Amino acid sequence: MDTAIASTQSLANAAATRVDLRVIADLVSPGARVLDIGCGDGSLLALLQARRSVDGRGVELSQAGVNECVARGLSVIQGDADTDLVHYPDNAFDFVILSQTIQATRNPKIVLQQLLRIGGRAIVSLPNFGHWSIRLHLGFRGRMPVTENLPMSWYDTPNIHFCTIRDFVAMAEELGAKVETAIALNASGERMGMRMPWAFWNLFGEQAVFVLKR
Amino acid sequence: MTIEATQKSVMPALGNREANHPSSMVAMFGADEPLVLDAGLSLAPFQLAYQTYGELNADKSNAILVCHALTGDQHVANANPVTGRAGWWSALVGEGKPIDTSKYFVICSNVIGSCMGSTGPASINPATGEPYALDLPVITIRDMVRAQAMLVDRLGIDTLLAVIGGSMGGMQVLQWAVSYPERVFAALPIATGARHSSQNIAFDEVGRQAVMADPDWRGGRYIAHGCRPHKGLAVARMAAHVTYLSEAALQRKFGRELQDREALGFGFDADFQIESYLRHQGMTFVDRFDANSYLYLTRAMDYFDIAADFGGSLATAFRNTKTRFCLVSFSSDWLFPTSENRAIVHALNAAAASVSFVEIVTDRGHDAFLLDEPEFFSASEGFISSVAKARGL
Repeated sequence: MDTAIASTQSLANAAATRVDLRVIADLVSPGARVLDIGCGDGSLLALLQARRSVDGRGVELSQAGVNECVARGLSVIQGDADTDLVHYPDNAFDFVILSQTIQATRNPKIVLQQLLRIGGRAIVSLPNFGHWSIRLHLGFRGRMPVTENLPMSWYDTPNIHFCTIRDFVAMAEELGAKVETAIALNASGERMGMRMPWAFWNLFGEQAVFVLKR
Repeated sequence: MTIEATQKSVMPALGNREANHPSSMVAMFGADEPLVLDAGLSLAPFQLAYQTYGELNADKSNAILVCHALTGDQHVANANPVTGRAGWWSALVGEGKPIDTSKYFVICSNVIGSCMGSTGPASINPATGEPYALDLPVITIRDMVRAQAMLVDRLGIDTLLAVIGGSMGGMQVLQWAVSYPERVFAALPIATGARHSSQNIAFDEVGRQAVMADPDWRGGRYIAHGCRPHKGLAVARMAAHVTYLSEAALQRKFGRELQDREALGFGFDADFQIESYLRHQGMTFVDRFDANSYLYLTRAMDYFDIAADFGGSLATAFRNTKTRFCLVSFSSDWLFPTSENRAIVHALNAAAASVSFVEIVTDRGHDAFLLDEPEFFSASEGFISSVAKARGL
């Protein structure tokens, strides 16, 4: 990852992230120890501290983001999800959160493995590349999709490892992780029905939030 | 040589006058309050020269201790009595500055072993009436911190809001957090390490050998002989100064520019600007610093290794700490590189400590912590104000 990622990623998903942050906040139990990887300006950590009284820590790549967090009184380390997670001990946190970042890591599988090692639970949110609008874009126009939530061209996007909801679930299964909770959000950021089959979510979910357990 | 003669030789050098008669406040510790040293000896009597800025509040909760670096002193934010220049951290500390002295009570003491009024090798040994020179026991970072804790006790302060410092000052910050965890609410170690690396010990040794190779060093008894190892100390400073900068900054500032000449001189004068600059750095340094202090303080840094006191585990040193940490490194610092600072962060993480870390991007090398670096200032200000808030200030 380079320094562009944190800022472009938060810009790219500014509208969508707000929704997934609220969803994530609801999934964290009060008083928990939380590590937020790619915590940006600390919005989620601040939300979690205010609403859930968590003991929160963050990792953020950009200097500006870290400075903002430090000024807010948050404990945030300048670092990189791909290289720095190995330094955390097993079970150091109750929840490890990776929001809208996994697609920008060099080794998503290793990163997820680390999350499951460090945290009792891993909360991962991601943009769904299987969404119908993206399929349409690629299928009919024959060009890499550029959408409202993913506005960058293939050559300048930090998102180097896109996946669909089903791809992610398959990888989690390969790692032996248990999907405890899965939530798909549609284009308006609304939660989609719980009883829908994966294929339906994979087509209509614009993003998804997972709670995984070893 | 008589004492009278010794004092005569001392007088012309202002640095030595400050060593025994500092223009700072001085805390005297008598025979009943010895400083217990890691070397297995104790030092008594001894004194600490210190400066304070701002007002201590009624519940004594707004005190910040600043720890100075190798050749720094207690004159953080006032004009230096020897050089006349602004305090070494006056950009960071002062009224309306990131460490705002209208809100906080800032303390800085000259470290034990230095030469600006705290007991050091240039101080008069009461047993002999002559400067200690090498009769002073070897001092460690932990000894410096132990002495500072006695001063903080003397000032009636139980818990410091923050302890901050860069380089050797950062080592003291870490030592404070390890030795007196309950007395340090927040710690801001900057551009430092939890141990001195082999390369750093190597550079220190080069500096010490330069001092000791100077015939005027006289086995450390140069003050008694009425001379000083100017040349050796200047060379030590020149070598060390290179380690405080970066290749990029040197190239940017000096390149291969010639000094006051059109062409190469085909001799060994300072042809290049960088040579002239380093010679100047060396020469001005010897006017303000004591050569033996340079030996003692570099030795203290060499001996520093926190993990060694805890079975090799740095994380164990910080176990159960409640202190809030913020570490800062500078991207072009190769004396205390980001990796050394990160090693501390990893240990604090493993100890489940509250820790923030920021690497400031700059080409100014290790010296950046003393310079105007806006991102560094804003991170420091943000951290200090957040911990002040957490402490109810």
